[in-house]
Amino acid sequence: MACEGCKNPAADALYEELETFINNLPEKKGALISVLHKAQSLFGYLPKEVQIFVGEKLGVPASKVYGVVSFYSFFTMVPKGKYPISVCLGTACYVRGADKILEAFKKELGIEVGQTTPDGKFSLDALRCVGACGLAPVALIGDKVYGRISSEEEVKNILKEYE
Amino acid sequence: MSKYTMHILVCGGTGCLSSRSAEIVTQLNKTLEDVGMQDQVQVLKTGCFGFCEKGPIVKVLPDNTFYVQVQPEDVEDIVNEHIIKGRKVPRLLYENPKSKEHVSDSKHMDFYKKQMRVALRNCGFINPESIEEYIARDGYEALAKVLTLSQEEVISEVKKSGLRGRGGGGFPTGLKWEFAYKNTSNQKYVVCNADEGDPGAFMDRSILEGDPHSIVEAMAICGYAIGANKGLVYIRAEYPLAVKRLECAIESARDLGLLGDNILGTRFSFDIEIRFGAGAFVCGEETALIHSMEGKRGEPTTKPPFPATSGYWDKPTNVNNVETFANIPVIFLKGADWFSQIGTEKSKGTKVFALAGKINNVGLIEVPMGTTLRSVIYDIGGGIKDGKKFKAVQTGGPSGGCLTEKDLDTPIDFDNLLAKGSMMGSGGMIVMDEDDCMPAVAKFYLEFTAEESCGKCTPCRVGTKRLLEILEKIVSGRGEEEDLETLKNLSEVIKDTALCGLGQTAPNPVLSTLKVFEDEYIAHVRDRKCPSGQCSALLQYRITEKCVGCTACSRVCPVNAISGSVKKQHTIDVSKCIKCGACMSKCRFNAIVRE
Amino acid sequence: MAKMMSLDELQALREKVRASVDLREKGDKAEQLIVVRVAMATCGIAAGAREIMNYFSEEVRTRGLDQVLVTQGGCMGYCYAEPTVEITKPGEAPIVYGEVTKERAQVILEKYILGGELVDGIIPVSHQTLDE
Repeated sequence: MACEGCKNPAADALYEELETFINNLPEKKGALISVLHKAQSLFGYLPKEVQIFVGEKLGVPASKVYGVVSFYSFFTMVPKGKYPISVCLGTACYVRGADKILEAFKKELGIEVGQTTPDGKFSLDALRCVGACGLAPVALIGDKVYGRISSEEEVKNILKEYE
Repeated sequence: MSKYTMHILVCGGTGCLSSRSAEIVTQLNKTLEDVGMQDQVQVLKTGCFGFCEKGPIVKVLPDNTFYVQVQPEDVEDIVNEHIIKGRKVPRLLYENPKSKEHVSDSKHMDFYKKQMRVALRNCGFINPESIEEYIARDGYEALAKVLTLSQEEVISEVKKSGLRGRGGGGFPTGLKWEFAYKNTSNQKYVVCNADEGDPGAFMDRSILEGDPHSIVEAMAICGYAIGANKGLVYIRAEYPLAVKRLECAIESARDLGLLGDNILGTRFSFDIEIRFGAGAFVCGEETALIHSMEGKRGEPTTKPPFPATSGYWDKPTNVNNVETFANIPVIFLKGADWFSQIGTEKSKGTKVFALAGKINNVGLIEVPMGTTLRSVIYDIGGGIKDGKKFKAVQTGGPSGGCLTEKDLDTPIDFDNLLAKGSMMGSGGMIVMDEDDCMPAVAKFYLEFTAEESCGKCTPCRVGTKRLLEILEKIVSGRGEEEDLETLKNLSEVIKDTALCGLGQTAPNPVLSTLKVFEDEYIAHVRDRKCPSGQCSALLQYRITEKCVGCTACSRVCPVNAISGSVKKQHTIDVSKCIKCGACMSKCRFNAIVRE
Repeated sequence: MAKMMSLDELQALREKVRASVDLREKGDKAEQLIVVRVAMATCGIAAGAREIMNYFSEEVRTRGLDQVLVTQGGCMGYCYAEPTVEITKPGEAPIVYGEVTKERAQVILEKYILGGELVDGIIPVSHQTLDE
């Protein structure tokens, strides 16, 4: 079973993989968060259908699943961009001007934190400390770390790499 | 092999560079050339020696002579006396402040080694993915030793060491273990809290990435002491490398029989599982953490019951932080007495700090408890970046407060920090300089706590939001004097009434900055000025008489707020100005000021 | 590897591991085995440690430098100077170099590792260890 009306064979395969993961759990009690981690790694985000599916398989009400998904900042209900951008707003980055860097990204991309550009290319997030405080201020695009970002100009140049 | 017979190391750390160490290098090379020894003596620039107070530092090898406060004018003496004649230059040697004796050989002068690595003993020195390298450095020997002791003996050793929880609270670890031990149950749990949430602290991640076996070993020791056979590590999903190294460590410990059934042939069995956090600061609080491990929303509950009585799945559970665990094997290898002689009367051992912000040597440091802030900032940290003026150090993250100039000589330990209105926290130490605006810093922390509030109790959910709104009002120039009183009162109420540690400590950054930097708040609300020039809403740009009328500024202004004719002084229409600063960076005559 | 059943076995393993380190140092290539340890914690990697690690591994492989062992370590704490590399020559105290770019790695390899000549950028040890 997958979400109703879902004709996407690729998505079917993902649901199947998620179901196998759930069935192979040594214990379903208390496994909600690990299952959601798995689901997000498969689907990239946690849309309503996936949450309902997880709830059914674990015997947990969908309301409770939603409650957990919305509680934790790691879980997202909107798809991320092809190049997810995260600007570190840890204290070390903040005192070295990370808020200005975040503003520059917002301005360049025309989106707010938590949003994705209409073409699906970039999404913007703020995160708390990646631990690269020696390189502050820091931004991540995918897994790539950009450190010591000093100006709006530099933000523009970074984004140019992805054109 | 090297053609050089002698080396002169010159500190090129930022602190020493600002006191002319670059000139010393040039001067040394020139003098050596003059005497024709440039092929026998090599001059090297090094990183920071960590003794910046006495910089610039010059060290001569192979005899390990350590010269302090060397000036370019001293170079001639070093070359002529020391290098050529082999006689040390006494006036440049370090004088022991107590005995007034000169100390020349750096091998006998540990005084400049302000750091002491206990929790970080293996970090960086072993391959974290090799259990053999850990064992070669006495790894798992503490566990083997513990297994020959009784549970009570283990707990009493930890109590005797004086170790206190490094996650923030500073609760005595041995007592915590004893509570969990005394609660009888068919099932108990050991939990390692690796949900490092303080933005700006990363010691737990570094330990897990650099020395994961120390945590595995310590958890097994704790399991034996309290009578648990199961351990759980609750770790942030945002730490993929730490997770990978920890998984690898658990796996290889199982292969060698150091985890699993009947460890080292005894009746003790113990195994460890990993649980992922999902990004919620409140999950650092132990009851919230336990809920999260059970797959629920990470909301805290009132204590008692403490986890030691009713924790994970209502079973007795002992929760310790990563750095706390990292100290455990050392206590058993070197003895509780050895451990308790480090530190201050009530805070034993060392503390790891993530030193960051406006400081030259951003780094992960470990110092004995009782080290002064001055020593941390000026000796280890190499002083303030770009030669600016020191303003404050923020410790304890979003739950902590600020320490200032007058606190520089206070020995750092749990109780002193509390007395100063801050707290140890997990060990983030953010250095701020004259350019940092304190109300804005308080707002930064409140943004964090308001966002991270789990919403369960009203004082925290609504209170932090209101605090944030008032702070926003202040930094945007709309604040009133009575706002300061409201801030204070509301903070006190939240402190007294919030359910868990997150809420109770959330107003600390406000209270602490209000107390120490009240004048700055007053400047914002009364004079509508931001003394550090950070709050753009309170700034005005003005063109001074230095203006030559080149029109560069008026052309770059995005809102056409600048007018004036060519070769005449221009003016800015403040009602139109959006304070982007473009004109100021464009002006080649420094004619535009921000005030 | 077999499971260990007692403290004696653990200690035997420790001696064996230590001895094998010694063996590496005192064996045939006694005067030559050099350990290059790149600090590979998140912060180091963010600053480019992986490229440095790859550079050393690649050079060691293509040039057939059997006497050089390239390995990884965790955070040494010198965030301001990442990437950092610790080089241990047999019988000598380890030396840590900071801010190692690819260009600097090349200089370190040619001059220090192969040539035995110190180069700029050493980070002096500023902490006490457990044994002091």
